[in-house]
Amino acid sequence: MSIETPEKTAPAPPRAPRSGGAGEQDALRAFLRRVPWRSVAIVVPFLAVFVALSIGSPAFLSAQNIGNVLDRQSGILIIAAAATLVLIAGGIDLSVGATYMFTAVVCGTIIVRVGGETGAALGIIVGILAGLVIGLINGIISTYLKINPLIATLAMSFIILGATKLVSQFGKEGVGQIRVDVPEFRWLALLKPLGVSLPTWIAFIVLIVLGVVLWRTTFGRYVYAAGGNAEAARLAGIRVNVVRIATFAIAGTAAGLAGVIDLARTPSVPENDAIATTLTFTVLAGIVVGGTSILGGAGAVWRTVLGILFIAMLYNGFTLLRIDPLFQGIALGVIILVAVGFDAWSRTRRR
Amino acid sequence: MPHTAIADTPQLRVELRGVGKSFGGTPVLRDIDLVLEPGSVHALVGENGAGKSTLSKIISGLYTADRGQLVVDGEREHFTSPREALDRGIATIAQELALVPELTVAENVFLGREPRTAGWIDRKKLKREFLEVAARSGFDLDPDQVVGGMRTADQQKVEILRALARGASLIIMDEPTAALARHDAELLHDVVRQLAASGRTVLLISHFLGEVLALADTVTILRDGRHIRTAPAADETEATLIEGMLGRTLSSIFPDKPVVADDAPEVLRVSDLVAPGVNGVSLSVKAGEIVGLAGLVGAGRSEIAHAIYGSVPRASGIVAIDGANCPADIPRTLKKGIFLISESRKEQGLVLGRPIRDNVTLSNMGQIASGGWVRTGDERRASRGLLDRVTVAGDDRRDVSALSGGNQQKVLFGRALQKVRKLLIADEPTRGVDVGSRRAIYDLIVQQAEQGIGVLVISSDVEEVLGLAHRVLVVRGGRIVAELEGDAMTEENIITAAFADPITTGGAA
Ligand SMILES: Nc1ncnc2c1ncn2[C@@H]1O[C@H](COP(=O)(O)OP(=O)(O)OP(=O)(O)O)[C@@H](O)[C@H]1O
Ligand SMILES: [Mg+2]
Repeated sequence: MSIETPEKTAPAPPRAPRSGGAGEQDALRAFLRRVPWRSVAIVVPFLAVFVALSIGSPAFLSAQNIGNVLDRQSGILIIAAAATLVLIAGGIDLSVGATYMFTAVVCGTIIVRVGGETGAALGIIVGILAGLVIGLINGIISTYLKINPLIATLAMSFIILGATKLVSQFGKEGVGQIRVDVPEFRWLALLKPLGVSLPTWIAFIVLIVLGVVLWRTTFGRYVYAAGGNAEAARLAGIRVNVVRIATFAIAGTAAGLAGVIDLARTPSVPENDAIATTLTFTVLAGIVVGGTSILGGAGAVWRTVLGILFIAMLYNGFTLLRIDPLFQGIALGVIILVAVGFDAWSRTRRR
Repeated sequence: MPHTAIADTPQLRVELRGVGKSFGGTPVLRDIDLVLEPGSVHALVGENGAGKSTLSKIISGLYTADRGQLVVDGEREHFTSPREALDRGIATIAQELALVPELTVAENVFLGREPRTAGWIDRKKLKREFLEVAARSGFDLDPDQVVGGMRTADQQKVEILRALARGASLIIMDEPTAALARHDAELLHDVVRQLAASGRTVLLISHFLGEVLALADTVTILRDGRHIRTAPAADETEATLIEGMLGRTLSSIFPDKPVVADDAPEVLRVSDLVAPGVNGVSLSVKAGEIVGLAGLVGAGRSEIAHAIYGSVPRASGIVAIDGANCPADIPRTLKKGIFLISESRKEQGLVLGRPIRDNVTLSNMGQIASGGWVRTGDERRASRGLLDRVTVAGDDRRDVSALSGGNQQKVLFGRALQKVRKLLIADEPTRGVDVGSRRAIYDLIVQQAEQGIGVLVISSDVEEVLGLAHRVLVVRGGRIVAELEGDAMTEENIITAAFADPITTGGAA
């Protein structure tokens, strides 16, 4: 018995515009209607800015500039990809910036205190594990303890920043910052296999893994279902709380990894809470600009990658074109509003 | 024949000329010509996905037609939003009611256009105007009652009043009685008659053909987006409607009941179950047996289902599958072989923003994945196989929200077929499903029983319960108040038990 409309006409490719007003307009309208606006959203401006910068500034497209941008963005890309899972599963993590700071300090303190190769290895491992533990705590309080994740991770963010200061007292020599300029640790940032920095490689691998997890695994399906309709997911036999805690744990671990990598790059931890806050905001901005829904249930890692790189590219462009960095924040804010507005528009677009 | 009009209501003649509509290149409506005569009840029938809702959404300004014209009182209209249609006197009573539960009846009716004095809401005037509108419609509603606690049928009245208060003369109702118990449905029927008697037009979409024949002056049949015919309801019978809708005849709505062996083992035994809304229920289901749970909406039937499935904590009592205790934890009850098709597909069933494919395979990912890795080939085949069994055609990579209501229901049913279960609980399995597909779902239920699966069917449609079940349990106040079997299984007995005061049925289990 045929239930749906019988013709399975494959969507015709957009016809070449015919001459003659009405027909052309109809074809154009039909084409515009068929474009999956939501999925292409970020791609178009990304390519546009990329091309514009390539033309506008010869320095932009140089291997060195691109390599630098990617190297500097590797930490934030790792965090944002993981935080995307949290958002899709219906949560939100405002503590990633603080966690990043904390793990860097933990790692640095251990390296300073223990020293040598043991210190470096221990610092890396404990730093990442600290991120995992924070993620688990975030997950548990925002599911089983039923505290809204926005509030839970906001509160956690203050707690973690406080703890960061506590720990850093043990790592500082005298008044300055924690400095870990030791080769046993810095190889993490300085190695350049195949001419590409190790942080870039790590970010690349993490992004691929997280993207594939979301796209092709049972867990990924559960993440989408948990965020799309938690009650339906629960009744279908999915342990929604466990899925959500796992996403928080992944985000925490990612923040830990990013903290350690960036410590190796810098190689010191500045004493400044604003860095943590800015990082959290930029991560969220990248996710949203990429087109992942803040309401959960929809989104993808590749979108976040484009979103984050779009912002990075913009900042890089400002520098290369010598535009007053004052305007960076304003530009980014406007872009977020446009992105979210566009998302809302494409959702309610009339059929 | 149109009812005689009352002078003060504006009459509206709505006409569709050659209307066509496609979604993503697939035509869902083709060349529809239709006239809605003022003061009449015009019914729209057709299979799931025939295009009824789409047609009504074009009239109400939610969608725009790709071709053809919408003519209101002789003028061509191009509605770009439901608001514009409303300004022209066309209102829709959505199936998902859009009321503010915390506000009173009168406040809801005048929401957004409250009479004001110096910026403050003038409560006296609000009430006076409400009584005026209510009197004109003939509805008897308490203006000060809070909407949240009212029964659905009364809430629908509030929505209708809201439409009337805004001067609507064409009221579109898309499956208004799908979720109503019989008594409430009859209340709504009175409302529809009153609306037509007052000169308004009602466009009624319904899968209940009896309801259509009883209420409508004119019936239009759609099939696969095509206009089959429009005829006076008096010229149609259920059989002619079904033939028009399906393009074939349907000998009987219900399949034969499968035989239950006398020595069939018990698959489910529930003893003294207490849970939210469940006050001490004991029941059992044998392998291959179909047991109906009847009762009024709110009697506690769904609550019993959820307590058995383990989706709510149980206060006390035992649920046993094949004699083995079954804890209240969904992943584990699933493993034991219980499956629940929940009542509300939008809230409890489907993940609307995800593909059909993901939705139909959601409860048993283990089948299409190894070690957490989805084998897409197997996934595609599993999904296609399940969808074929529940007769849902088309590309399953589309979001499930693109399906018509009835087809969404079938996707949800498809999940139950992912593997052989021991007990299937189907809560309102045919809500919003057309006659032909309803038969398909009944066949599936019977097939399940024939495989030795115990089935518990909950339905507000008494006919459905009687047509399917071997045995009927009537629920009232979270208890089973009557058990009917054999000759005792009559509509009258069910209704008496469902309504009766404790004295007449006090002795029942
Ligand atoms: N928003 C949409 N996007 C894509 N396809 C759609 C959309 N809405 C409806 N359709 C398709 O249009 C066809 C007609 O759907 P419609 O909802 O009008 O059916 P219906 O007659 O109301 O069915 P039901 O009785 O199940 O409610 C279906 O095949 C459906 O899949
Ligand atoms: Mg419909």
